[in-house]
Amino acid sequence: MHIRPILSAMRRNKVGAFLIALQMALTLAILCNSLFIIEQRLTLMARASGVDEDNVFVLTNQWVGTPDDLNARIATDLAGIRSLPGVVDAYPSNSYPLRGGGWSDGVMLADHQVHPNTHTTLYFADEHALNTLGVKLLAGRNFSPDEIGSRAENSLGHPPVVIVTKALADKMFPDGSALGKTIYVEDGPTTITGIVEKLQTPWVSNSFGEKFPENSMLEPYHYMVSGYHYVVRAQPGQLDAVMKQVQKKLLEINRARVMVKVMTYAEVRAEAYRNYRGLAIILGVVCTSLLAVTAFGIVGLTSFWVTQRRRQIGVRRALGATRRAILFYFQTENVIIAAAGAAVGVALAVGLNLWMVTSFEMLRIGPAYVLVGAVAVMLLGQLAVLWPALRAASIPPALATRAA
Amino acid sequence: MFRYYVWLALRSLRRNPVLTALMIAAIGLGIGASMTMLTLFRAMSGDPIPQKSSQLFVPQIDNWGPDFREKSNEPPQPMLSYTDVEALMRAHAAPRQAAMYATGFVITPSDPQQQPFQAEARATYSDFFEMFEVPFKYGSPWGAQGDESHSDVVVIGKQLNDKLFGGASSIGKTVNLNNHDYRIVGVLDDWSPHPRTYDVIDDSFGDAEQVFVPLTVAIDRHMDIWGNNNCSAAYEPGWEGHLHSECVWLQFWAELPDAAQVQRYRSMLDSYASEQQHNGRFHWAPLTRLSSAREWMVLQHVVPDESRILLMVSFSFLFVCLVNAVGLMLAKFMGRSAETGVRRALGANRRAVFMQCMVETGVIGLAGGLLGLALTGLGLIGVRAVLAKDMSSLTHLDLVDVVLAVLLAVVAAVLAGIYPTWRATQVQPAWQLKAN
Repeated sequence: MHIRPILSAMRRNKVGAFLIALQMALTLAILCNSLFIIEQRLTLMARASGVDEDNVFVLTNQWVGTPDDLNARIATDLAGIRSLPGVVDAYPSNSYPLRGGGWSDGVMLADHQVHPNTHTTLYFADEHALNTLGVKLLAGRNFSPDEIGSRAENSLGHPPVVIVTKALADKMFPDGSALGKTIYVEDGPTTITGIVEKLQTPWVSNSFGEKFPENSMLEPYHYMVSGYHYVVRAQPGQLDAVMKQVQKKLLEINRARVMVKVMTYAEVRAEAYRNYRGLAIILGVVCTSLLAVTAFGIVGLTSFWVTQRRRQIGVRRALGATRRAILFYFQTENVIIAAAGAAVGVALAVGLNLWMVTSFEMLRIGPAYVLVGAVAVMLLGQLAVLWPALRAASIPPALATRAA
Repeated sequence: MFRYYVWLALRSLRRNPVLTALMIAAIGLGIGASMTMLTLFRAMSGDPIPQKSSQLFVPQIDNWGPDFREKSNEPPQPMLSYTDVEALMRAHAAPRQAAMYATGFVITPSDPQQQPFQAEARATYSDFFEMFEVPFKYGSPWGAQGDESHSDVVVIGKQLNDKLFGGASSIGKTVNLNNHDYRIVGVLDDWSPHPRTYDVIDDSFGDAEQVFVPLTVAIDRHMDIWGNNNCSAAYEPGWEGHLHSECVWLQFWAELPDAAQVQRYRSMLDSYASEQQHNGRFHWAPLTRLSSAREWMVLQHVVPDESRILLMVSFSFLFVCLVNAVGLMLAKFMGRSAETGVRRALGANRRAVFMQCMVETGVIGLAGGLLGLALTGLGLIGVRAVLAKDMSSLTHLDLVDVVLAVLLAVVAAVLAGIYPTWRATQVQPAWQLKAN
């Protein structure tokens, strides 16, 4: 294939070629960065919370007024819930993974350290928590019933023992010796009595929580406040039925309460990641529109060129050029333009990403993304040029002999 | 003449329906995407009380010290401790001021048929209502008297009044909050500023609460803290212990009508902090800040990064659409060089050709703008469906948005048309006629 004639033809149509190249460069830059953002969000959304999400639901319970027999009420409620058929287990807590709000504290290796070694979320739990959540105990032991204390509102806890996630244990003791060690939390010492595989914090979609997404600590407490959450695990396949029964049972036990929210874990997850999902969808729609606009733009401009050059094409055909040669001409022309556009686009894409890294909390884009983007944009160009090129190839040689 | 150009433009657009449709679609899509995001962004970064916000200020006092500062010269916490709030209220250094915190309780309706339900509430001072220009339907705020006498009074929102009292005036009646009766002194009209200027820490885009109680009463009754509550150190257990701790959980606003008062308030904050250093509570040089409402919105990062990213991506998309339109217009105008040549030969000057082409791009822009407006409407419905519920109040088109969309489209199309038009005016009539 001779490139020279294509280049000289392009030189006579500099602006058109430049516009297509510019458009492809911009498309590439936007596309790469959008796909990169989408992929990042999807990766974050795909993380497991550590909870047996298919079978667990949460119920937010708010007592009317501030009852002074909370301990007894919680015990009665729990006995009632656990006695229901289809219920595997249940426990009360101040918060749960993906909730969006909860407690956090610094964790230290020494008393009165100025800066904590890391941060963790605090979940209040009893000996039923691990079984309810379905988290795996990797080392150590569960809480025993006599370790569970009552924790008053507005007070610091002094838990004798705590259960931590592997992520938190490894952060504090990178050599893997966390079990049985003393750490300082809530301004006091405590002992790590168990290590669980995984349990996310309540904050999974904000910059605060992303600093320690799996640093969780279970403290052996029932929390004595009028508003808290029951976390309940149902037998597989019985979630819906159990949710209804638990609500009915709780009202039977005591009507002076408001069940503020009853959510399956699927709902909790959807709520937690709603804006991430939204961003991914919106960017996806914009990217699709972008590809469509660019593709149709190429179709439009190339068709125009074909129309403009009908006579020249006819002459070439009359002089012996095959249909394939004409088709190839337009395809090659597009490859040259697209390659120039892609080259500029790669630079733009990286530049845009670097700017976003400094302006937002964003990672550096990988070279694979940019390359895949470049190939995608060039393929798009080929696809878009096909129809006008085929039309050009079908111009009969006889056209050369006719007047315009 | 203008009408003739419009007629010519329409004829020309009809002659080449595919190119025309592509141009209008490109501009429409670009406008649709960018206007959807701009509407969202404008709503998020909006100022619900523009006439007032320049007079509202948030003080910060660093009561935690340098160890907790992320940036060296910024107070680490956006909120205040009860100790400092009490001092600021006592100082009364602004014509109006209001401390506040988020709380909530169970409301038990007097009608036994109605189930008890949970309601979010705000504990604050009476000045709050005038400071944030809260409209009243019935009654009025509880007044300084209510603050000082720790009265069991309450202001409720319109929705709650509709629910409990069928929308009739409930002034003087009582409402049961957590087993205590409170006398209703005021009922608000529809009011829910977005963003929620007075509290952008707990929930920037949520709806305003339906219950407002005097903060003095909330403290007496140990009303739960539902907002952020950050503690730097251990404290005596119980409500009193927490109250006198260095935990920060209260927000504070001061209304300062002029620069002199702002200056005075600043020095008052500094002298208060030095006093705290002298009496041994702070072991560091005073660090205080006073931010206007607008500065506060920026400082608290009210507009999320997501929204900025989307705005940027959508305007880049609009730019691609415009580059696209430039190419298509160029194709169109150059495609009728012969016709332009004839017109020029028949006496039309360059100006006339220029005007004709510009009118044509304007018509395309207008059509693209109308399509873009329709797509913006659709886009906002889509955004409402996929974003969090508290964002949905931000997805309404107002008149400004509509005008902006059409104007943006016409300006964009005309800009895109400048080069193709210029090329069209350069057509040499003699050359074109000869070639034909």
